[in-house]
Amino acid sequence: MYDQTRTVAAISTGQAPGGIGVVRISGPQALAVGERVFRARSGRPLTGMAGYSAAVGGIYSAEGEKLDDCVALVFRGPKSYTGEDVVELSCHGGLYLTRRVLSEVLTQGADPAGPGEFTRQAFLNGKLDLAQAESVMELIGAGGEQAARLAQAGSSGALSKRIAGIISDLEKLAVHLAAWADFPEEDVDEVSVEETEKALDQAEQELAKLLTGFDKAKVYREGLRTVIVGRPNVGKSTLMNLLSGRERSIVTPHPGTTRDVVEEPVSVGGIPLLLADTAGLRESSDPVEKIGVAVARERLGSAQLVLAVFDGSRELGREDLDLMEELKTLPVIAVVNKSDLEHRMDTEKIGQALGGLVRISAAQGSGLKELEDMLVKKLGGSDFHPVDGELFTQRQQAAVQRAWESLRQGRDALALTLDAVTVCVENALDALFELTGQKVSEQVVDQVFEQFCVGK
Amino acid sequence: MKSYDAGAVDVAVIGAGHAGIEAGLAAARLGCETVVFTINLDAVGNCPCNPSIGGTAKGHLVREIDALGGEMGKTADACMIQSRMLNLGKGPAVHSLRAQIDRNQYARVMKHKLELQDRLTLRQAEVVDISPCERAWQVTTRLGAVYRAGTVIICTGTFLGGKIFTGEVAYESGPDGMFPAAFLPDSLKRLGMSLRRFKTGTPARVLRSSVDFSRLEVQHGDEEIVPFSFDTEGELSNRAVCHVSWTNEETHQVIRENIHRSPLYAGLIEGVGPRYCPSIEDKVMRFPDKRRHQLFLEPCGLETEELYLQGMSSSLPEEVQEAFYHTIPGLEKVRLMRSAYAIEYDCCDPLQLEASLEFRDWPGLYGAGQFNGSSGYEEAAAQGLIAGVNAARKLQGHTPLILDRSTSYIGTLIDDLITKGVTDPYRMMTSRSEYRLVLRQDNADERLTPIGRELGLISERRWEKFQEKQRQKEQELKRVTETVLPPSDELNRVLVSRGTTEVTTGVRLSELLKRPQLTYQDLTELDRGRPALPGAVLEGVEIQLKYEGYIRRQLADIEEMRRVECKALPSNIDYQQIRGLRLEAAEKLEKVRPANLGQAGRVSGVSPADISVLMIWLSAQEQRGGES
Repeated sequence: MYDQTRTVAAISTGQAPGGIGVVRISGPQALAVGERVFRARSGRPLTGMAGYSAAVGGIYSAEGEKLDDCVALVFRGPKSYTGEDVVELSCHGGLYLTRRVLSEVLTQGADPAGPGEFTRQAFLNGKLDLAQAESVMELIGAGGEQAARLAQAGSSGALSKRIAGIISDLEKLAVHLAAWADFPEEDVDEVSVEETEKALDQAEQELAKLLTGFDKAKVYREGLRTVIVGRPNVGKSTLMNLLSGRERSIVTPHPGTTRDVVEEPVSVGGIPLLLADTAGLRESSDPVEKIGVAVARERLGSAQLVLAVFDGSRELGREDLDLMEELKTLPVIAVVNKSDLEHRMDTEKIGQALGGLVRISAAQGSGLKELEDMLVKKLGGSDFHPVDGELFTQRQQAAVQRAWESLRQGRDALALTLDAVTVCVENALDALFELTGQKVSEQVVDQVFEQFCVGK
Repeated sequence: MKSYDAGAVDVAVIGAGHAGIEAGLAAARLGCETVVFTINLDAVGNCPCNPSIGGTAKGHLVREIDALGGEMGKTADACMIQSRMLNLGKGPAVHSLRAQIDRNQYARVMKHKLELQDRLTLRQAEVVDISPCERAWQVTTRLGAVYRAGTVIICTGTFLGGKIFTGEVAYESGPDGMFPAAFLPDSLKRLGMSLRRFKTGTPARVLRSSVDFSRLEVQHGDEEIVPFSFDTEGELSNRAVCHVSWTNEETHQVIRENIHRSPLYAGLIEGVGPRYCPSIEDKVMRFPDKRRHQLFLEPCGLETEELYLQGMSSSLPEEVQEAFYHTIPGLEKVRLMRSAYAIEYDCCDPLQLEASLEFRDWPGLYGAGQFNGSSGYEEAAAQGLIAGVNAARKLQGHTPLILDRSTSYIGTLIDDLITKGVTDPYRMMTSRSEYRLVLRQDNADERLTPIGRELGLISERRWEKFQEKQRQKEQELKRVTETVLPPSDELNRVLVSRGTTEVTTGVRLSELLKRPQLTYQDLTELDRGRPALPGAVLEGVEIQLKYEGYIRRQLADIEEMRRVECKALPSNIDYQQIRGLRLEAAEKLEKVRPANLGQAGRVSGVSPADISVLMIWLSAQEQRGGES
């Protein structure tokens, strides 16, 4: 938790979608990790860069896919915020893309930083001035409160129950091992290697399931797959840009400008959406546009939410009616755009077909609140938990990963002696207790006396 | 009351039980004029409960005391009548030595050692008052002697405000019919010290000739005896056996029918008893599903016919004790020589102590042993040694000896006491140490003898012996790493017979020893260049090789722990004023007053975020200090 030999990473800008996101990597391996995800346009390796220098380039996944353009800043310890080697990757892609970059950095060998960990390392390296220190302190304090509240809220949740179940099984094993070792002459049942192995296997499998779930939940973590559809030039791209808070889709007055699918992670009313702007759905003779339309239809098939955009300043056309027919069975929100222009559309029909609608002006930015409310309503109220029962944060994932590795080690130790197994089981518990805020040895000792009749 | 000036000493130790003995000897050996008070000279080094030293984790403590230059291990070896290494086969981390001792002899030997110690005065006297006096202390005895002392160590055990219960009968008393220290509790309260009531209990002693051994299982000692002390030389031998018996439904029936007469169940006892040392009535009531409970018959010595009934402590009335003991196989006609009893006593809240075992609010005043909320001879002796060393070092202007959790069970014990506090008498267990693969009983000397040497408690001879052992170990490690055994039928025969894979190329001896299935013994025939080495050296080398990966991981944890452990927290912090610290954490820290960040992190109710806040606050303080 306080290890200064660790290399840690986190998003160090605020968690608001849009704008520049900075992923900070700090620690002895910072440059090496940075180099694995960042390729400079100049071709120069990060590890060769001097302190206080910058390079322009891109972030690439392990599979070679380019995630985003990026500026990398290199600071060499002790001349850095934390006093260690630091790489800061400034990305443009908004919060969710920044998260993907972080995820890549973590895959490449950094550990997720805890709340205030950068500051803590800065402190340990004597790099903090008084004013900074005090302002950061309150932030962490607030973060701690928040984390505590979150932990409380989560304690009734499905994830907590799953983890509590694994903890309880491992605790039973640790307690038996402890009683058996500490009270050798008492009437404590022998611990058998076979049973221990069975218990280890089971917990290991449960943890593995959690880790797989984390990967599956990725789609949710990165946002609900949402598609914006509508006839050409009803203002889909304007809506997209409004929601993501910046120019992403190319907006022109000519219909058919968007031929590709443009994806953007955004947060609407606190709900993460992976928003896809599509080419307008219309019959077209332009082969390029045709492809765009085909992609858009395919996209529609896998969408978890559809935003159907209509142009309120025009009469309801045949294409609109076709679209409504096509969307009837999908989770959809009807968005009637251009409320700033003269109203010509028969919106009642849309409301009937698609279960209500919201009127907005994407160009003027009005009606956004109504859209948010509608979204929250559609998705079942404000306590929308698409990933109930699965690991959600990188930190949770890292803790479970550590627990899993400890159990693997514990299984290897079975060939040796059970004292080594015990230590591994306790390490696993320690990692899991990080998620629940308990401490391991007190728990075990208390349990020994509760469960076993031991003592002279 | 008329009093008189009895002169000045450097260190005054109150009590001559296992804590007081180590405290007094350590202080005197470090050059301090020391007086050790005892209510009764016949109570020096008494073992009023079980006639044994060591046991799981306790055996570790004895070895650590010995490695630092304490006395318990040597005396236990000298008075040993049966020895066993517990937990063999469960792994080196939990191997624990336990010896049955001749209880009378043990007390005599210890008393004699105190009598012979230079600069140490052993004095029978009841201390009735401890008061501060001109930056030192004055200690007043019942007969009016006033001693001035630079430092004072309180090791009062169960004597302090002691009260014995047997059924409906209760009376003020120390253990084994000794007078209690009846006046001292009020004196400590006058100082402002917070005291609490704990209780413990002991079973009956019975006459050997009244036991029918024919139906009892015999328990022998180990054939090969490992001594506690790294100093002990020469052959040790078992001179007694123990026996095992079991309670039955009839026993439990008698207990259940009379449970209302237990002072604990009747609500007469206010003290909190130890969880690990339940009375037989507790076991029967708390675990109604268990149909029998085990007991051990342990001889109290070679020149006595008293047997100790381990596992059968009780505070039921005497006639009920007679009745249920008689239901037990072998004890049908048993004759009680001493009845079982519960004893309630005063002890301090250890959260008032620093890691040096000095009271935070009363400089120069120390506590050790049961007075600090622990239980057990070994736990007491360990604290006595540390308190004695620190009481002396304070007077000599040295920094206190503080052992952190990664050095020893002693350090773990003290850290637990002063950081987590206690809710019932604290017993050491291997599961209390997170570093137990490193803190083994076989390497206590490696961990602590250099520290003992630096303190001045390790003799030249002992030091040379220790260094020789280290040299041998190092050389042997080097040898097995460099020695390559060629693949041969002979080698592969051994490998296959031990259930491990054959080799086709040359293999290092160290690689073979790393295999869980192979031991040094297995390779004797093939390892022709092996020098004759003591068993302890071979054991050390083998453990180091086999557990290398696990040990390395624990060493990394230790390094991590030490980094925060060296960030000291000033003792005068106003935690309520620190912005960002949660109220709950501030309150807990206020009470415990941890000495450093590592300790703060172990206080229950303090989160990692709180620790971050503290770290930053600390750095701000340092900068403020630099500015002013």
